[in-house]
Amino acid sequence: MVRYVIRRLLLAVPTLVVISLVVFFLLDAAPGDPTSQLPLTIPPDVRENIRESLGFNDPALVQWIKWLKLMVVNEPLYLLDAPLDKVGVCIGDCFNHDRVISWQSRSPAMDNIYQKIPHTSYVLGLGLVFGVLIAVPIGTMQAYRQYSWFDNVGTLVTMIGFSVPVFVLGPLFIWLFSINLGWFPTIYKSNHEVDWTSWSSIWIQIEQLVMPVAVLTLFNAAQFGRFTRASVLENLNQSYVRTARAKGLGEGTVLTRHVLRNSLIPVVTLLALAIPGIFSGAIITESIFRINGLGQYLLLSIGQGDLPVVQSLVFIFAALTVLFNLIADILYGFLDPRIRYD
Amino acid sequence: MSWKKLIALLAILAMFAAACGDDDDDSGTADGGTDTEDTDSGDSDDGDSGDDAADEEDDAEAPAPTSGAGEGGNLVLLQWQAPSQANSYLSSGTKDLLAGSLSLEPLAEIGPDGALVPALAAEIPTASNGGVAADGLSITWNLRDDVLWSDGSPFTASDVAFTFAYCSDEATGCSSDAIIKTESVEAVDDYTVLVTFKEPQPYPYELFVSYTSPILQEAQMAECIGAAAVSCSDQNFSPIGTGPFVITELVPEDFVTAVMNENYRGIPDGQPYFGSVEIQGGGDAESAARSVLEIGEADYAWNLQVAPEILAPMEAVGEGRLVSGFTANVEHINLNQTDPYADPPSEGTPHPLFVDNPDLHRALSIAINRDELVAVGYGPSGNPTCNIWPVGAESSTNNDYCLTQDIDGANALLDGLGYLDTNGDGIREADGFGELEFDYVTSTNGVRQSNQELIANYWEQIGVKANMLNVDASLFFDGTCASDDCIWKFFYPMEMFTNGASSPYAAAYLSSWDSSQIPTSENSWGLNNMPRLNSAEYDALNAEAKTTALDDPRYTEIIIEMNDILSTSAVIPLIHRASASAWSSDLVGTGDLNAWDSEYWNIEQWAREG
Repeated sequence: MVRYVIRRLLLAVPTLVVISLVVFFLLDAAPGDPTSQLPLTIPPDVRENIRESLGFNDPALVQWIKWLKLMVVNEPLYLLDAPLDKVGVCIGDCFNHDRVISWQSRSPAMDNIYQKIPHTSYVLGLGLVFGVLIAVPIGTMQAYRQYSWFDNVGTLVTMIGFSVPVFVLGPLFIWLFSINLGWFPTIYKSNHEVDWTSWSSIWIQIEQLVMPVAVLTLFNAAQFGRFTRASVLENLNQSYVRTARAKGLGEGTVLTRHVLRNSLIPVVTLLALAIPGIFSGAIITESIFRINGLGQYLLLSIGQGDLPVVQSLVFIFAALTVLFNLIADILYGFLDPRIRYD
Repeated sequence: MSWKKLIALLAILAMFAAACGDDDDDSGTADGGTDTEDTDSGDSDDGDSGDDAADEEDDAEAPAPTSGAGEGGNLVLLQWQAPSQANSYLSSGTKDLLAGSLSLEPLAEIGPDGALVPALAAEIPTASNGGVAADGLSITWNLRDDVLWSDGSPFTASDVAFTFAYCSDEATGCSSDAIIKTESVEAVDDYTVLVTFKEPQPYPYELFVSYTSPILQEAQMAECIGAAAVSCSDQNFSPIGTGPFVITELVPEDFVTAVMNENYRGIPDGQPYFGSVEIQGGGDAESAARSVLEIGEADYAWNLQVAPEILAPMEAVGEGRLVSGFTANVEHINLNQTDPYADPPSEGTPHPLFVDNPDLHRALSIAINRDELVAVGYGPSGNPTCNIWPVGAESSTNNDYCLTQDIDGANALLDGLGYLDTNGDGIREADGFGELEFDYVTSTNGVRQSNQELIANYWEQIGVKANMLNVDASLFFDGTCASDDCIWKFFYPMEMFTNGASSPYAAAYLSSWDSSQIPTSENSWGLNNMPRLNSAEYDALNAEAKTTALDDPRYTEIIIEMNDILSTSAVIPLIHRASASAWSSDLVGTGDLNAWDSEYWNIEQWAREG
């Protein structure tokens, strides 16, 4: 098992290098210019100065190597500095590492990214958690009472949740709850710092989260609900269920202790694979509900030709995807004793 | 079942919301619902700022009462493109300049009418008050002596000199063209600044005028010159300024929060009214417009280039009002004066039809129904125009014939030129050129493309075929011209976009159509005479304009003559475009929307009614 993990981790290194190289050269080949947002009246020599000061004129390979060094050496060192500083230890030059600089904000790109993680994970994380909490019991009941009215209604609802896109449901929610009823704001204010001791402060956060979380919950619940139902159905017909019943176990015990545990194996895998998505953001949901999260940031940075940010974000997403793929595989081994990696 | 649960959940939450809203109404002032947050933060900010004010007054020994300043609570501004940072000199667009203008001030601002308004300067230097040298090589600014930075230290001439030093270092990567024309800036005494130019400037009001060129504090930015500029993100996010607000937090591409500057010079007069300001980013123009006009959850929304048929019903709700501010932005078609199909393309070889052919230009121009273009794409934020410089007294009336569509007249002009449809395919032919069929390119954009389609239709009626093409904006306006589709390379006979001036000085803007400004492969397509106008008469007028004083009546004549040459040969002006924004209905004291300078230029005077 340990050998397997180490082998996978080692394999991840060339994977990530190749991904970053491909992304970098694709971005480099695409036309784009850090000064393209400037008004037309800015003369060309000023633009040239700006490009020069941002390192835009270096050869692509030099830019990539510089970026890679900053990203995989300096940025982790910078992160290490904060806890180490507290105990008085210092690696290298302590907080003075060169960092990946965003062309737009002229500030460390990773700081901008860190600031956006909480809001993206609030919305997407809650959407995922609620979605799963709703999906598992409903999917199980649907399968247990297959073709009953409950199953049919459930199927209808999940199919709607599955097939109505966020860009339809989102504006519908805004139209109903913000414009007509005036219940919830359409602006997500990330400058609202939640004070967990004050109900009114928590309430403000809930108010601005309700609509995007509800939309994502519906989508996730539909997806996981379909999955759970299928998986439980498959298990209900297995002979171990008949054995359990023959032993005289009650239906509740059969369902929760035996069927559900086995049925959840593929669901857990799916969940593990969905987690990197929490960080990469839901671009459409974030734009509709004006949440300035990571997805929105990626989209903006592409539009503004902010290559260091795009590059760093894509790299992080790639690394997370590789990591959670590995975690899913390992989890599988734990959940299903039949699977062994050695 | 999940639906039912969801609805039940929402209903419970809603009841909660109503209950809480009531509570807040009791304790606060706002009108419930979505405004609860404003009420809360407004209350607490008021408390804080009151305390701070008291402290500061003790420190600064200034007994002035606050007389209402900062009592207006929180002001919510929506900029759907959120600011990336607030240092105007490192900015990459209006979104950042706006954020900076909450706290940074220039020596003079430009008012909505294009006139200069002193800000940190005591007065506008002119030739008559001795501020502008007769040779045009220098300008002397007298500064206000009663201005404090938000940290309490006095603002002096050395800060002005420092700002120039900061930006003249090439490694800083400043986005200011005024710097290049300037030789030196020196502090004569604490409140006098002498600016010397490299060559005579008939319009010396570019450096340190408007939100593109504010004054930075030397004490804060001294360590941030040159390559160090990028490591100064704290300073760039929260530059210390002299303006009405102090930026407390800026998260790039997300939000900006600011509180009242306790040392602001307007406090004795009750300015600013608002105690705090927040700029919220995200979403798009349409959703921002909805928040102000229809829902009423924000006080201002910026840059609302949205189709008029979407905005009109929103405005009808009555929560806010749409406003527009005009500068020199004109949507226009460039007629390539060089042949885009010659070798090399768009360089040297004159276009066989578009050069010195006023009747063809006139026919193409009068065939267009500009009123319809405005109605479809712009509404109140556009006016039909026949001039590339449609600003104030310098606006020409000689070309107004184009304001009325005249298909018959256009057909007659083309008949007169001998361009006849001999083969009966509905398209005229010209001797030696063939069919009057032109590739007509613009950027991918709903409004532009709908106008493009209308224009192609008008031209069809006069036997001219336009092949409509569109190019993604990121390629079309890409200054590096990495693709062949950028507006500078112009490898097409016709292209349509908007261009405009950043200052009300027409001669500077019009000089970009001088024949020396033609983009070519040799100058890396880096010049702005996109239609490649090559007119000796225009060049002579341009040279004259540069040496003519602004108050000379001849100046206005020259501008009108230049405008007329350009607008009847290489450029077909279409629409005078405005910036469009929205203010909430209860916001007063905003004046006209300022499109020349920051739209927040007078934010200290904004107040809430009632």
